[in-house]
Amino acid sequence: MSDTVINVLNLTRKFRRTTALDDVSLDVPAGIVMGLVGGNGAGKTTLIKHLLGLLKAKAGSVRVFGLDPVRDPVGVLGRIGYLSEDRDLPNWMRVDELLNFTQAYFPNWDTSYAAQLQETFDLDPKQRVKSLSRGQTARLGLLTALAHRPPLLILDEPSSGLDAVVRRDILGAIIRTVADEGRTVLFSSHLLDEVERVADRVAMLHNGRLVLSDQLQTVLDSHSRLTLRFAEPCQTKPSLPGALSCEGSGQEWTVICNGQIDELRAAATSQGAEVVEQSRPSLDEVFVARVHHGRLSHGHREEAHS
Amino acid sequence: MQIHISPNDGVPIYQQIVNQVKYLTASGRLTAGEQLPPVRKLAEQILVNPNTVARAYRELESAGVLTTRRGAGVFASEGVSPLSRREQNRILNERLDQLIAEARQMDVDVETLVKLLRQRDTKMGDKNA
Repeated sequence: MSDTVINVLNLTRKFRRTTALDDVSLDVPAGIVMGLVGGNGAGKTTLIKHLLGLLKAKAGSVRVFGLDPVRDPVGVLGRIGYLSEDRDLPNWMRVDELLNFTQAYFPNWDTSYAAQLQETFDLDPKQRVKSLSRGQTARLGLLTALAHRPPLLILDEPSSGLDAVVRRDILGAIIRTVADEGRTVLFSSHLLDEVERVADRVAMLHNGRLVLSDQLQTVLDSHSRLTLRFAEPCQTKPSLPGALSCEGSGQEWTVICNGQIDELRAAATSQGAEVVEQSRPSLDEVFVARVHHGRLSHGHREEAHS
Repeated sequence: MQIHISPNDGVPIYQQIVNQVKYLTASGRLTAGEQLPPVRKLAEQILVNPNTVARAYRELESAGVLTTRRGAGVFASEGVSPLSRREQNRILNERLDQLIAEARQMDVDVETLVKLLRQRDTKMGDKNA
């Protein structure tokens, strides 16, 4: 058995004329938390649907636990706990009925763990799913994803539209899952501070392309934020080599760059600017800079490293 | 042990843990020989990746703040910081720069600042007492 849980190779997916995924290759090793980030329509959900076998790879290949999720749904889905963004649970069932129903699909269902989660999440077994609040629906979805102790937990935008208390439950579940016996988590999110808290690795999608995939620490360490002060106010955005983004006005501009600091400092000096501050950007700033960069210049594929 | 993480403030999360444990030790809220929560437990409490907590603990251990006793857990160290004087100055200067900038902004002169520093030191108490 290999140590790579998810293996996606050159996956391309088109919906009519829209390219949802463009030559995406991604490996997820066992025992880590992988954060999948990207704006709306970046391709996160499409990628996840391929992992679950809900979409068939037309170009490229998808392997989960070394298996093709479309050809071997039982072998793959039985080992995945999944929480979808729209948490499509059967509305007409009661909580206890849903748990019995879900349990039937998973031989490894842990009844006492399920009971414990139900207690922690304060879920009333007699309540109908459709009458649950948004937060309780998310907790119920999380329970059904966790109770069979899956080797791989996949969460698609788990925190979207939820209050801070429910988001804590979800982050807690991610941490417990990975701290337990080296199980693996893949979660997509646009809340980058959450990704920064819990992810080991991060993969960034933009317009269907993987623009970045690395250890979170490496991503954060390899990018810098420089604040430049120009001698004269700049009427237009200064052009600096190696800058992923440049934001500001007047005399002060903030630049996000990936390495190439010396080059950038030299260019700044030659344009009459002084570096007044250098610090480490947050994942959020890296993301905005990357996506912005992608918008400015399409086809800069050599910038992406995997 | 209370640790508060604020993402997006530019300080890496492991560094925030390191700084706060150092603060707790310096202010006597974490006393020599006191046991710290295991990596997994702290990770769940403050909702960060367990590897990040492990990294902070390793760093605190090499800075002499914490000691791992095999099979028993992680404890606050007795004794003093083994950091070189140069490294100590580097860390302190970074903080002092921020403090001086704030003070200048508020038009507080350096003598007043030193006086405040003494007052705070007295208030924190003598950690070796």
